Amino acid sequence: MATAVRLRGVEKRYARTHALRGIDLDIEQGEFFALLGPNGAGKTTLISILAGLARASAGQVQVMGHDVARDYRTARRALGVVPQELVYDPFFTAREALRFQSGYFGLRHNDAWIDELLHHLGLADKADTYTRHLSGGMKRRLLVAQALVHKPPVIVLDEPTAGVDVELRQSLWGFIRRLNAQGHTIVLTTHYLEEAETLCQRVAMLKDGRVVALDRTEDLLRSCAERVLVLELDGDTPPDFLLPRIRGREGRRLLLALPDLADLEGLLAGLRAAGVGVRDMSLRQADLETVFLRVMQGARP
Amino acid sequence: MTGFLTLLRKELLRFWKVLTQTVAAPVLTALLYLLIFSHVLEAHVQVYPGVGYTAFLMPGLIMMSVLQNAFANASSSLIQSKITGNIVFVLLPPLSHLEFFLAYLIAAMVRGLVVGVGVLLVGLLFTSVEMRHPGWILAFALASSAVFGCIGIIAGIWSDKFDHLAGVQNFVIMPLTFLSGVFYSIHSLPPFWQAVSHVNPVFYMIDGFRYGFFGQGDVDPWLGLVVVTPCVLLLALATLWLLRSGYKLRH
Repeated sequence: MATAVRLRGVEKRYARTHALRGIDLDIEQGEFFALLGPNGAGKTTLISILAGLARASAGQVQVMGHDVARDYRTARRALGVVPQELVYDPFFTAREALRFQSGYFGLRHNDAWIDELLHHLGLADKADTYTRHLSGGMKRRLLVAQALVHKPPVIVLDEPTAGVDVELRQSLWGFIRRLNAQGHTIVLTTHYLEEAETLCQRVAMLKDGRVVALDRTEDLLRSCAERVLVLELDGDTPPDFLLPRIRGREGRRLLLALPDLADLEGLLAGLRAAGVGVRDMSLRQADLETVFLRVMQGARP
Repeated sequence: MTGFLTLLRKELLRFWKVLTQTVAAPVLTALLYLLIFSHVLEAHVQVYPGVGYTAFLMPGLIMMSVLQNAFANASSSLIQSKITGNIVFVLLPPLSHLEFFLAYLIAAMVRGLVVGVGVLLVGLLFTSVEMRHPGWILAFALASSAVFGCIGIIAGIWSDKFDHLAGVQNFVIMPLTFLSGVFYSIHSLPPFWQAVSHVNPVFYMIDGFRYGFFGQGDVDPWLGLVVVTPCVLLLALATLWLLRSGYKLRH
């Protein structure tokens, strides 16, 4: 089975900047993959190269086994891209835009799928509205529909939820998740890290044109930041055996390091033996945002 | 093939939806030239025996409108798409360079020819013109609109903003069309400017086109065809090469 996206030694030099400095990355078929990084890290450049909107200065790029430069027509047929910029053609209606996009991909009778797309993206009643009259969120969803007219096996979403309200964001992700369950590979860039955390199985973090972290989401979370146990105890002085674990205090609450969840049982037993009551207890997991910030500050997960 | 046909349809619809700007306006402009110049000069100028000045002017004005509108269609469509960013809709799909080129070219030619027919029809309300050799008329209309369609595509790709395009329009297109015998026979020019006109391909386009109407011109229409055809081929190859290189479209 061909790798959905394969990058080997991909570099991109502009006149004054070195946007990508050797990217090696494999994204397997059926993955829900996040490409994260601060502004200017090279995410959009990478997507542009994947989509044929830019050409790599060095290295190889394949989509579903097809080289995006040599075999560009097959490669582009396998790829659907939702661009980051909110672009639209003001001369046409939503349905016209989708029909044109279908035709560009060689599809003549695509209305059944176009109707389904419009329905799932909440645009059914806007089908005959000129695109210039659509709201920002609607334009964004039309871009998603335009990227999907040819049912591409690989779907790239460059910041798809910027400016989309919560409810529509949920329905959009529901739809994308269903596509992923049907076997479509999804590549996502976003600044909403909680989205990436809940949706994506694997994450690559880019910084200054390099991949600085690449792992399964759960492994990244586990490796980078330790778990914190928050305890509120009866009495003001914690028993001695807790002292090495204390990482901080928030009022009456103690923040305790708990790298291994199995230690919890012994810890509670120790408190019971010492006769110290527990008023409140909660666990704090590291989130992707914490991991992201650490990685960007230079820590290797 | 479907990709090409769809892009062609899109490009045709783009100007068809705003006919007032894209067809009615240039026809009105040509009509104003026709009314003013013919009113002033009809009694004073006769270029060919038996052909009134207004009738003489018609083919030149038609051809000028064809050229300018073929140029305008391709160039403005591309620059608008580039500036608004919706050019990605045609860059992401698997369209070949040839499909891309032909769709923009043919749409440009159609717009030029539609405006040309419009100028002819409106002009016929004011004067009558013969059409002795429709074959020559058609041949020069097609070849010339193709030349300016190509120039329009190249200018649209090259320009980063509307100012650049206006520059091409004002410093290339306007001089080429006005210094080509639209309003006069170049035999009425001093020898130096006659020589200059002979290196302007647009002169051959207008002269050959006019020959199709009156059966007389400044040079042999076959010579015109020998000049204009290589222009079409060279510009087509240059445009295709530009598209293949990704110049200003794919970084």
